[in-house]
Amino acid sequence: MNTCDLFSLKDKVAIVTGARRGIGASTGIMMAEAGADVCISDIDVSTGELEQVAEKIRQTGRRALAVKVDASSRADWETMVAQTIKEFGKIDILVNNAGGGRGGTLLTCPEPDWDFTFNVNLKSVYLGCKIVVPYMKTQKKGNVININSVESLRAVLDHSHPYAVTKSAMTAVTRGLARELAKSGIRVNEIAPGSIRTEMMRHFWSKPDFQERMKSSPMWGRMAEPEEVGSVAVFLASDAASWVSGATIVVDGGALC
Amino acid sequence: MSLQDKISLKDRVAIVTGARRGIGAATSIMLAEAGADVALVCLHPDSPEIKELAEKIRGMGRKTLVIGADVSKKPDVDAIVAKTLAEFGKIDILVNNAGTFASQTLLESTEEEWQAALDINLKSCYLCSQAVAAQMMPRKQGTIINVSSIESMKVFRGKAETYPVSKAGMHLVTRGMARELGAYNIRVNEIAPGYINTESMKAKWDEMAPANQWRGVPPLARMAEPEEVAAVIAFLASDAASWVNGEIIAVDGGTLC
Repeated sequence: MNTCDLFSLKDKVAIVTGARRGIGASTGIMMAEAGADVCISDIDVSTGELEQVAEKIRQTGRRALAVKVDASSRADWETMVAQTIKEFGKIDILVNNAGGGRGGTLLTCPEPDWDFTFNVNLKSVYLGCKIVVPYMKTQKKGNVININSVESLRAVLDHSHPYAVTKSAMTAVTRGLARELAKSGIRVNEIAPGSIRTEMMRHFWSKPDFQERMKSSPMWGRMAEPEEVGSVAVFLASDAASWVSGATIVVDGGALC
Repeated sequence: MSLQDKISLKDRVAIVTGARRGIGAATSIMLAEAGADVALVCLHPDSPEIKELAEKIRGMGRKTLVIGADVSKKPDVDAIVAKTLAEFGKIDILVNNAGTFASQTLLESTEEEWQAALDINLKSCYLCSQAVAAQMMPRKQGTIINVSSIESMKVFRGKAETYPVSKAGMHLVTRGMARELGAYNIRVNEIAPGYINTESMKAKWDEMAPANQWRGVPPLARMAEPEEVAAVIAFLASDAASWVNGEIIAVDGGTLC
């Protein structure tokens, strides 16, 4: 097996949530480049972006399925998984990427914002694993990749907020499932990206003081592109990572170390 | 850049220390498979294993060079760099893999045993990184991968020992250099393998397994193959890991999580 084969996802089937843009879109397209058929989903399909991502996947010669999904809704997950099984016959890779946040600091955050953030960031992962893992168990092989954040590791914004709390909790999901599912041949890992040039992060990186701060970041004072997270997801999903499980891979250019 | 291009190490030059067998040998082969020319550093340059390894790499159409050196001695390390530059003209990748598993408890060890562990496992990493970084910095390109151990992160045998201490010291070589060299576009990462199916590890595994059944043994209850560690090193060496810097990746099947 040569090195490129080792990173191959040929004939695998992946589900990527929150895939209309940013890290989700990049991951979906790169997994297709590596040989996977991909079901991409997003809560917002009105912009046409999700369909464009599907088109890019098809241009790689792989199959794509684009589904409107609220990842915090069990019914939506069940529908998407049924469709994926119907179209592609199996699920090998689950990338829990959908997420977001509301509310300021924990001290002022309204309760509905706390609940909203937990539902989209954490309940979504719980539901995804609960509904997809049984399909992986039957084939004794599978891969779950949760997209976390450096905010799970340090108080990078200098204040508390629900988003960071949900992401810290995600690590316990990753680790617990990694141990539980190892016997079933399923690996569970997470990626903790730093500041990535995505639309979700635009309100951060477009500010002048943020750009000033970036200059002191160790890697060339630049922000990372979503593809630099997507390539780590492809690695984790591939056989190159056959002995990597329960890991949190920080993708931040070294900012935290 | 396509995914294939990102994973490729075509025309890169790598130095791998402790290349004779185990993880070092598997890594050398995998880097060559990905397209790199490899300088093989080991204590016993006349051994049949290293000659066989060099033959194998040449058979892949890549260039190689066997360098006999004690990596805990500065004149030897300077010679490694000089010989590699004379043969290949540059250094893109350094894998600090040389080390000894010999381990004594701190309370019972002699000063010489302590010194030997620290010199072979940690001083070697410092000396090689210092000498190679000096060559990488003017080119503003390069990547260093240190090979530590999960024993640097948790006490596995209930005692303070020389080997884990020497490997834990590596963490701050990795992180400090990641920040310092990030400005030169040089990434520094570390992998912490669990128990790997190498000659020197088998004895430890047999000794460890009964005492750690519930926690210390990886969920898949097997030792990993050296190739499973080598693949992670190949990933870190490639542009697919362009935003991974200062990271310590446990390659342990989930033992630590």
